[in-house]
Amino acid sequence: MESLEQIKSRIEAAVPGARIEIVPNDSPSGQRSLLVDREHGFAVAKWLRDDPELRFDYASNVTGVDWPDAELTEKVKVKKVVDGVEQEVEEVRKTVRPGYLEAVYHLYSMERKHGPLVLRMRTANRADQVRLPSLTPLWRAAELQEREIYDLYGIVFDGHPDLRRILMWDGFKDHPMRKDYVEPDDFEYEPTPHDEVLERAWRHYPAGLKQ
Amino acid sequence: MDEGLRSELQKQGVFVTTLEELYNWGRKNSIWPLGFGLACCAIEMMAASMARWDLARFGAEVFRPSPRQADLMIVAGTVTKKMAPQVVRLYNQMSEPKYVIAMGACAISGGPFKQGYNVLKGIDRYIPVDVHIPGCPPRPEALIHAFMTLQEKIDAQQLKGEGRPRHLDPDAPSEFPIPEYGEHDLEPPKNPEVWRPAVVVR
Ligand code: SF4
Repeated sequence: MESLEQIKSRIEAAVPGARIEIVPNDSPSGQRSLLVDREHGFAVAKWLRDDPELRFDYASNVTGVDWPDAELTEKVKVKKVVDGVEQEVEEVRKTVRPGYLEAVYHLYSMERKHGPLVLRMRTANRADQVRLPSLTPLWRAAELQEREIYDLYGIVFDGHPDLRRILMWDGFKDHPMRKDYVEPDDFEYEPTPHDEVLERAWRHYPAGLKQ
Repeated sequence: MDEGLRSELQKQGVFVTTLEELYNWGRKNSIWPLGFGLACCAIEMMAASMARWDLARFGAEVFRPSPRQADLMIVAGTVTKKMAPQVVRLYNQMSEPKYVIAMGACAISGGPFKQGYNVLKGIDRYIPVDVHIPGCPPRPEALIHAFMTLQEKIDAQQLKGEGRPRHLDPDAPSEFPIPEYGEHDLEPPKNPEVWRPAVVVR
């Protein structure tokens, strides 16, 4: 398979206006991915499927990721005049990165026997602009998994043939895999609680568990 | 009747019994389970009914495909909140006398999924359970043990007075409310008339 940089430049030539980013990955796997803007997501995916060199004809996995608002801290060196002398001082700058939802597609090519290519699309925010183009018209395999993402994360896929909840029932209002999901408060006795469950256990059995 | 006298009479070829014994003997040896499974535990339930463990020895090999013909519901597997109303409805459709075995960690408590958002923390929130079997999954032997426990329970039931089986008590409920799908959870999340929460004793 070509490198991601090559693919990126070929996409930019083939799909005018597409904004592609290569998302680095500093985990041991080092598997980088392509981030595509949502306006051109469908065209780019179609090109990836149809390009004779790449022929990504198989979407093996589709999943969602919830990125809540995050506070990023970075250390910056700034020049400042301290006591009349110019010095380099380290300053901590805090920026808030607004949250978004992300759909991640893992693409393989059966014909060319290569892959995976990881394709990502992000929504504008987590509240009201949660639409992404559906890639189900390109890969039928994505149908149920996009429904699952819709159910559990709340991403609305435009162009999906049958976008309904799949695991929870239709009247259900929440999206349980979002980080800020609040479960019904129905803790019950658990012999070995730990972490969050332990906190809940303390709330429900204040005397019993502390020992 | 005196046990010694009865066995003495039996040796002489005279069999004495009571209607209650005969009735319970018939009932306990023909418990027909409802043929349905919900998750991995159902595989063990099927194994229990096959040749190696042979549930037929207990008169319970006829898994009925219709709740109308079944006496026993084996809740074998994870009861998700989405599935719970259907399980309760099946139970309501069974005719009395009916019994429930909750098989496996999931059916008795939610099991590995207990703190999850989508799994019921035990089917005993909505329907009365006669025998609970722990295990993930319980081996077929454990299911057979549950069967024998249930048989003992049926055998000991008196047909009159306090504690008689529900089908002989016109006031006892035979159907239980089916929970509705709510916006965040099942409504009601449990039926307080049925559910007896475990008491933590330390
Ligand atoms: S108790 Fe274990 S084996 Fe049984 S249904 Fe639950 S997870 Fe599966």
